[in-house]
Amino acid sequence: MINIVGAGLAGLSAAITAAQNGQECRLISKQPSERAQSVLAEGGINAALDTMGENDSPREHFQDTMRGGVYLADPNAVERLTKNAPEILLWLSRLGTGFNMQGDKLLLRKFGGQKKKRTAFAKSSTGKIIMTALIDEARKYEARGLIHRYPHHELCDLCIKNGRCSGLVISDIYSGKILPLGGAVILACGGLNGFFEGRTTGTTQNDGTAAVIALARGVEFADLEFIQYHPTTIGISGKRCLISEAARGEGGRLFARINGERVYFMEEKYPELGNLMPRDIVSRESYMIKNRADCDGVFLDMTSISEDVWSGKLSDLRKECIYYLSLDPAKEYIPVEPAIHYFMGGINTDIDHKTNIEGLYAAGECAAQYHGANRLGGNSMLGALYGGKTAALNIPHINEDIPELPDDKLNLTLSPDIEEETEKALYDGLGIVRNEKNILGSLERLEKLGDNTNARLAFAKAILKCALERRESRGAHFREDNPETKEIFKKTTIVKAERKNGEYITDISFRDIAEKTNENKA
Amino acid sequence: MKIRLDILRKKFNEDKQYTQSFEYEYSDAGATVAAALCDINKREPLLDINKAPSEPIRWECSCLQKKCGACAMLINGYPGLACDAKLSEYGDTISLAPLKKFPQIADLIVDRQSIFDSLKQIELWFNENAQPNEKRAQLIHEASRCLQCGCCLEVCPNFYADGDFKGMAAAVPLSRLVSEASETEKKRIFAEYEKHFYAGCGKSLSCRDICPAGIDTEYLMVNSNAAAVWKRKRR
Repeated sequence: MINIVGAGLAGLSAAITAAQNGQECRLISKQPSERAQSVLAEGGINAALDTMGENDSPREHFQDTMRGGVYLADPNAVERLTKNAPEILLWLSRLGTGFNMQGDKLLLRKFGGQKKKRTAFAKSSTGKIIMTALIDEARKYEARGLIHRYPHHELCDLCIKNGRCSGLVISDIYSGKILPLGGAVILACGGLNGFFEGRTTGTTQNDGTAAVIALARGVEFADLEFIQYHPTTIGISGKRCLISEAARGEGGRLFARINGERVYFMEEKYPELGNLMPRDIVSRESYMIKNRADCDGVFLDMTSISEDVWSGKLSDLRKECIYYLSLDPAKEYIPVEPAIHYFMGGINTDIDHKTNIEGLYAAGECAAQYHGANRLGGNSMLGALYGGKTAALNIPHINEDIPELPDDKLNLTLSPDIEEETEKALYDGLGIVRNEKNILGSLERLEKLGDNTNARLAFAKAILKCALERRESRGAHFREDNPETKEIFKKTTIVKAERKNGEYITDISFRDIAEKTNENKA
Repeated sequence: MKIRLDILRKKFNEDKQYTQSFEYEYSDAGATVAAALCDINKREPLLDINKAPSEPIRWECSCLQKKCGACAMLINGYPGLACDAKLSEYGDTISLAPLKKFPQIADLIVDRQSIFDSLKQIELWFNENAQPNEKRAQLIHEASRCLQCGCCLEVCPNFYADGDFKGMAAAVPLSRLVSEASETEKKRIFAEYEKHFYAGCGKSLSCRDICPAGIDTEYLMVNSNAAAVWKRKRR
């Protein structure tokens, strides 16, 4: 039996893959798949399908992904990802996913950090449309008794002893009833939005608890300092709302209003890719120019997009702007700001998605895989689908009915006021532009909030420590006190926690990136 | 602005429903019912309008931007999403209650499992490869947008839980299958559509006006009826 935590893209992909191989699995989620954060993914999914006559290849997809991630991603994993991407897309197509098409071929759009059109899409609701097809496919295996859904259940603990995972403990959100379950575990539980509540484009359900449990139980994490700020978001009630990169892929342009004049800053500084530079760069430029005294705002100019493109490819995005801003983007400029959108860091896994714990795998946004220091738009859904599949194909069969339960209970929550101060401190220390003074200041604020017996507080501190120790600038981690990218830091940040006398002691170290093996050389 | 929220509550495993009121003050013009519920639950201590200590209000939410369907509830008696209900569009008192066609678990949480059971019962999946086609792309996109929130079932005069008629929450995803099924598989899917939707739908179209995702249910129904029931060429 495989226990899968999370029923978004990565979890569904793992469950379907297991079921296709006749392997039974439990699909555990707080809410049904329809509520997963994956339904919010908008712009598209990358694969070198080369349907646009540009002579694209998986090799170029590999190169763009490695360069976009500033060479921190595992090249062997990225090699496999990009090679398998076309097959993943064809599979989605066979499931009837409602992609935009031209004849019987998938249309591809331009996306950030990539010179060729490589991003398949369904208007700007690609995540939702893919999820619908996958949910239908999973249902088939539910009916066959291969996928057992545990809706309204959440992870309480992982049963890890002596470097081996024998199961997990979940609880029924409705009743509070605790349920221990045996078997190997795939974590597919999404990003760390809950550490930045109200300040991200994600959902309220990705609260970070699963990650806190994992770190506290000895699971290795990686690259937590790399937090992606998406350059184009708007503030709505309770959160940040994404304006898809598709807006720029289809011709939208960013400008800053300076002394009343429109300055198309991305096009001026980066003539080749312009508005479609990788997200870390666009967000940083946008942030920098907005902070100039003579700048009164950054805007997205979509007024030159044709009516055909609006109706066929971006009608959903247009409706959203009108609903939330009362602005028609076909006629008016949209004020935008960068906001937290994706966590490149997470659970450290090998190329097969195995963690440092036997019997424990991780895939999707909760895992640090494929994206290095900065994720390219269109690679998150691909990484989730391929990662979930890879995890399910490689996970060993552990047939245990009853897991070996942990000896102690974890302290996972903070009171509302301490939680709020924790989140504020994180946000202040982990902005688009960082420096040692701010990071240390935030760490001191967290130290004042309590001791290291609380696992959530220990995790929050670990994120800041990663940012502190990486004394260089790379991808989404920009240190104004160390603005250059340094070869000695072309390494994975590794985070591990140990518990001594009830206190968590986190250790940050750096590990070499794997060399590309012959097997994976193109 | 100061408003009052009257919430129809129930504790887990207890039958008794009761109404509890909370005061809420907001300044953000776009503030929603969802934001109010989030804020009230963060209060320390959590007091109701009579300054009596209160348990956190149990409700479901996830995306806060109308894309996941988690927070469907009755707002002033009408089903809708809490994140789609702007406080400024209501008066100074708003009533919140759980959807009525599903069992209430606690407070505003209902168990919508019957929706998912229905989809399983009508075998809503492909056994063979789908046949996507550019000409049908618009329809397939529309048919893939259902949130499974249950609002359409709540207002539907023909739907009740566990009946043969599965309502628009099944017909929307079914219309994707009707449109994309292979020649050999379409007979099965057409029959499911006819039996579990067409035969029971009274065409009141209340679903069209209530859908928080704005799905054009009439357009999907017209197409599915034509293909599955009248055996006209599929679009």
